Amino acid sequence: MRIALFITCFNDTMFPGTGRAVLRVLERLGHTVEFPQEQTCCGQMHVNTGYRRAAVPLVARFAEAFAGYDAVVTPSASCAGTVRESHPLLAGLGGAGLPDAVAAVAPRVYELTEFLVDVLGVTDVGAHFPHRVTYHPTCHSLRGLRLGDRPLRLLRAVRGIDLVELPRADACCGFGGTFAIKNADTSTAMLADKMSDVLNTGAEVVCAADNSCLMHIGGGLDRLSAGVRTMHLAEILAATGGQRP
Amino acid sequence: MSTGSDGRVWLGTPAFPKAARTALTDTQLRRNLRHATSTIRAKRLQAVEELTDFEALREAGSALKRRTARHLDRYLEQLERSVTDAGGTVHWAADAAEANQIVTRLVRATGEREVVKVKSMATQEIGLNEALAEAGITAYETDLAELIVQLGEDRPSHILVPAIHRNRAEIRDIFQREMGAWGRAAPRDLDDGLESLTEAARQHLREKFLTARVAVSGANFAAADTGTVVVVESEGNGRMCLTLPETLITVMGIEKVVPRFTDLEVFLQLLPRSSTGERMNPYTSTWTGVVAGDGPQAFHLVLLDNGRTDVLKDTVGRQALACIRCSACLNVCPVYERTGGHSYGSVYPGPIGAVLTPQLVGVGQAASLPFASTLCGACYDACPVKINIPEVLTHLRAEVVEGGRQGLRPPTAEAVAMKAAAAVLNSPRLWRMAQRAAAVGGGVVGRGGRVRRLPGPLRGWSNARDTAVPPRESFRDWWRKNREGGG
Amino acid sequence: MSSRRTVLGRIRAALADVPRDETPDQVGVVRDYLRSHAGHDVVGLFVERVADYGATVVRCAPDEAAGAVAAALERHGARRVIVPEGFPAGLLPDGDWGWVRDDPPLGVTELDAAEGTLTTAAVAIAVTGTVVLDAGPGQGRRALTLVPDYHLCVVHADRIVPDVPDALGGLDPRRPLTFVSGPSATSDIELERVEGVHGPRTLDVIVVESRGAGA
Repeated sequence: MRIALFITCFNDTMFPGTGRAVLRVLERLGHTVEFPQEQTCCGQMHVNTGYRRAAVPLVARFAEAFAGYDAVVTPSASCAGTVRESHPLLAGLGGAGLPDAVAAVAPRVYELTEFLVDVLGVTDVGAHFPHRVTYHPTCHSLRGLRLGDRPLRLLRAVRGIDLVELPRADACCGFGGTFAIKNADTSTAMLADKMSDVLNTGAEVVCAADNSCLMHIGGGLDRLSAGVRTMHLAEILAATGGQRP
Repeated sequence: MSTGSDGRVWLGTPAFPKAARTALTDTQLRRNLRHATSTIRAKRLQAVEELTDFEALREAGSALKRRTARHLDRYLEQLERSVTDAGGTVHWAADAAEANQIVTRLVRATGEREVVKVKSMATQEIGLNEALAEAGITAYETDLAELIVQLGEDRPSHILVPAIHRNRAEIRDIFQREMGAWGRAAPRDLDDGLESLTEAARQHLREKFLTARVAVSGANFAAADTGTVVVVESEGNGRMCLTLPETLITVMGIEKVVPRFTDLEVFLQLLPRSSTGERMNPYTSTWTGVVAGDGPQAFHLVLLDNGRTDVLKDTVGRQALACIRCSACLNVCPVYERTGGHSYGSVYPGPIGAVLTPQLVGVGQAASLPFASTLCGACYDACPVKINIPEVLTHLRAEVVEGGRQGLRPPTAEAVAMKAAAAVLNSPRLWRMAQRAAAVGGGVVGRGGRVRRLPGPLRGWSNARDTAVPPRESFRDWWRKNREGGG
Repeated sequence: MSSRRTVLGRIRAALADVPRDETPDQVGVVRDYLRSHAGHDVVGLFVERVADYGATVVRCAPDEAAGAVAAALERHGARRVIVPEGFPAGLLPDGDWGWVRDDPPLGVTELDAAEGTLTTAAVAIAVTGTVVLDAGPGQGRRALTLVPDYHLCVVHADRIVPDVPDALGGLDPRRPLTFVSGPSATSDIELERVEGVHGPRTLDVIVVESRGAGA
């Protein structure tokens, strides 16, 4: 199986450690992962902010960069959702060959936990992480991709983990991409409730399948010096020893 | 309350972010909304989960609405025939002004100066009460929440529970202060117990019901095949208005028609469970034209367009016309939960308002509304007729950006930035340079890997959040160095 | 009729994407939802669901029905009670009752002065705990069950259908229909339910079932 990593522009720049964690997990399971250098961005920010035409070249670039792989794995539920749901719609605005190219690639794009559980059939990835952790299902994980309990099944199999349930977990954290900028006050009000729920769990770490929401939640927690760290799910699944969160 | 300049949906408030900022500081409002939305969410979930086939009902409801929309002209003509055959009179109104003229003329023809009203979104949309007032006709709202809103000279803030922003103490004050001017005064010693307040409303409105000769209603559904009109309610004020007066005038949006009477088997299961979280609402009334010896002997049905055909024109936005006004999307919306309905500046608040209002009035006039959402998708999950609200929001955002149907506007700073970002992101080389610049820049302004204050439009973000500085090495640089031996 | 033409014209223009020869039936509606959510004990479910709304429900045999009517009216202290045309005489208890007839039709003041209304029902729905009135014999015109503050409804078990689809299929839409599910209620203030606004504040239901017919 030829596996490609779609790191996403955001992780590439801000959270490269998440990409390395995905590599560690997949390589530990005996797979080889390639990183096509032509990849950049799925265009999510453009699509969700109303600049769909600007996103069309990015759609074309994505389809070309990842053509020919059996699986494209990404540590982002929202970017996986954009490729699978928005790219086929945007393809119609591009060149003549674009719809076919997109149709060939989009269904092979998997969010990391989907790939592990559904494609590889694994829930125990051999991780060890002796910390108190809570999981925030991001909106794109929960209602977009419908990841269901896949992330939790993976987390439960982590040795040493003290996994605690997040109250009102299904509530949006208030990020919403440019929403957090255009409607910063409302976003902050939502963030306040999410942070309060996280703090009430007594967890050291809040994890999720999207670094964007984690940047939002973590940015708020850091401002309060709350003593809770945000980690991408992949980093917990990659952990094998006494690393501190 | 006033109608907008186009006579469609009033938009008397500032853009959403500004209106929301004010609402967010209203502690009473926040507490009321928190309580109300969490209560009704739990009820709805329980009522929906009780039906194992709810998903199949949603699919059927959605499909019936799609069928109706695609053949709307045919169903409206059929409805007109059915109502006329049953002794009713059908009127067509292209816009709010025409609908108001029709209703005013019909009321005047009865010689009456007062009408009782059943809660109706359509008549709020067209500003009927104000139009009637100008013609010297007083309209009495009879739904409890609408009465609170009317007496308080207020605006509704929720589709189903319009006075959701008011608490019992405020309501007691409004009743004591205002009821006397409209009719029977509230008792002097009125306390703020829910039963006392409800009893005061009952006594106040009863004399209106027993003497009114003209009623105005909306409609939840109308079956094209039989001409049967349906009103779904809880309090019995609807039954009073639909039964006791001599003349009944129903104002109905053209999208409310359903093909067959028996199609109600789907909607009467979907609506109450999604709306109030009940298996069935206390009262559902249906009537077909005029029945000798029972109820109003004159029935007028006003079919209202008022921008709906503009919505119909948009093949993506069209689905918003399927809305059955249950308000489930408001109750699950994390934005609505914090800002309340007034921030949306429209009779249609919440997620459905954010897609319906800009389409009814033109995206240029409500340009902030499609952005008043995190696209979290809770509304789509809750919608009993499966309106993909996030899809329509995203579509309307593009309409706003692309100048939509309102003509071109000069490019904004955001548009320039987005265009530049797209160009950079379409070139791995430029992208790599930008990443390195960001890492260097972040290293300069950040302390301990954190930035506390960001400039310009990002200030709102950094007011409450620290921002991580990009690490020195991007993933692609790391890959080149460690996996390909490059640099 | 120019606005009629305007609106229909706008609709047709807006639907330019719909093929001209498409018929409504070609827009598929899959009806694979359940016809009923009731189990085998339809009467038992109806009783349970009506009670959930805070209405009082009594089950009895045909020969106990008149006694149940008397007991309900006495419990409520109602003597001036409206009895619509066609209400089964066998269900009326003996004794000194102030039955009020709607013939000639009662004015609103007289309706308001009545202490209750006693009716049958056209259909009842088990899953939703609903009684449906269609202004037929024993039910009378709609105002009779609206203005008085008390409604006592006698439902024969064989009128109870399992769920909403069966009910709609059996009703005549040309008649004015009222679906009653519990007493009048509002949740308009702070989303807390209060019973009794404008409709009857009390709803009592008597379910009459022949022996061996019930569960």
